[in-house]
Amino acid sequence: MASALLASSTTQGSPNFDRVVFVDVSKHFGRHRALAHVSLECGTGEVLGFLGGNGAGKSTLLALAATMLEPSAGHIRYGGRSAREQGSSLRGNIGLLGHEVQLYPELTARENLEFFAELYGLDQVGDRSSEALRHAGLSSRGDDLIGGFSRGMRQRVALERTLLHQPRLLLLDEPFTGLDEGASSALVERLEALKRDGRIIFLTTHDFEIAELVLDRAMLLRAGRLLPFSQTGESLRARYLDAMRSELKPGRAE
Amino acid sequence: MKRFFAVAVLIMRKDLRVETRSLELFLTTLFFAVSSVLVFAFGFVRNGRPVENAVAGILWIAIAFAGTLALGRTFERERYHDVLRSLLLAPVDRPAIYVGKLLGILTLLAAVEVVVVPLIALLFQAPLFRHPVLLFLLLLLGTLGFTAVGTLFGAMLVRARSRDVLLPVLLYPITIPVIIAGVRGTAVLLEPEMDLAIVRAWIGMLAFFDVVFITLSLWTFEPVMTE
Repeated sequence: MASALLASSTTQGSPNFDRVVFVDVSKHFGRHRALAHVSLECGTGEVLGFLGGNGAGKSTLLALAATMLEPSAGHIRYGGRSAREQGSSLRGNIGLLGHEVQLYPELTARENLEFFAELYGLDQVGDRSSEALRHAGLSSRGDDLIGGFSRGMRQRVALERTLLHQPRLLLLDEPFTGLDEGASSALVERLEALKRDGRIIFLTTHDFEIAELVLDRAMLLRAGRLLPFSQTGESLRARYLDAMRSELKPGRAE
Repeated sequence: MKRFFAVAVLIMRKDLRVETRSLELFLTTLFFAVSSVLVFAFGFVRNGRPVENAVAGILWIAIAFAGTLALGRTFERERYHDVLRSLLLAPVDRPAIYVGKLLGILTLLAAVEVVVVPLIALLFQAPLFRHPVLLFLLLLLGTLGFTAVGTLFGAMLVRARSRDVLLPVLLYPITIPVIIAGVRGTAVLLEPEMDLAIVRAWIGMLAFFDVVFITLSLWTFEPVMTE
């Protein structure tokens, strides 16, 4: 059943793409600069991580990649075409898991999943929901209200909701928040499987140990700018601290 | 087009399912509408006789006040847990989300009117059901015009901090023509010698406002919801 569902197409008519490219992207909210001159590229089967403190611009970057925001300058290309060229159908190939779980607490886990499956125009809605619940390890709780779930359980359902339509580009904003050790390990395994399946994954996290396990490359954001960040060498935490130290050296321009 | 309406119905069904489970909006809106009607009944019925020509105004004030209360909460469920973001990220025509929310709130207000209209007829001894089809048309078109604008403003204000204060301030000036048409049409309906041509004119005016408001709302919903 699972393979049949995976084999079936994503949202009908969604354009496919093999890489996402940011070219000199900036985003301003009024006079506030949220992101400045960000250029990056990420291809299929790659997990690109974004590190940085609160307010560094990580969530803005994900919102831009999700087409929820439009860049103030620069452009983002999905397999050679811009979001505007591809229209609303591009959204059928993007999955975003934000800070919040984005589920209705008054509906059961199954009802939530079925609602979003229908919203994405998917077929075999019931089977997909059952499969998603199985992946979340919540098959026996499918008919319970989301409002009665713990934060970790909600997060697992939310992740499955994000993956229902098999998005090509997966954007995960601190997905490990609220998960216990077992659930975190399960998520790491899930990300490995998605990577093997050729998904393009952007992920933000504050957890260096987990980041070390799942990220292929890491980028460091501070005040909306990408900082030089070594991709090899010591542990991720040590490289992060090094980069931050050099950035905060006295006399260095903000 | 088929997909557009499928999404609208899906959103409406979801809203009604949530509402039937919690009854939160229905009960508060109904309580508010019934309370207003009772206050008016104490004020305008003397010695068992209601003040002449007050019924139409009371009916539409009750609908407008209760409607404002409901409209203020239309997108609250989407704001909670940031579900709105996942709705907007879905590969659907965003105006379909607007139509779904509009249909949901319209159904809710229709359920409130099912209770409030007979209550007003009873308390004010008003022959509201003498022309049921015309009354139905006036209520349907009036409520539709009011909620069409209110649903758009509810969406616009979903991220505003003082949305509860701003909604009536923005909503009433624009929907006043709808409320006036509803009041005048209902007042003519209650006259002993009803002039059908005048009622038709008010119904026509309501239909005109509905078309204008819904067209403008469908046109502006997408840019309004783009962050």
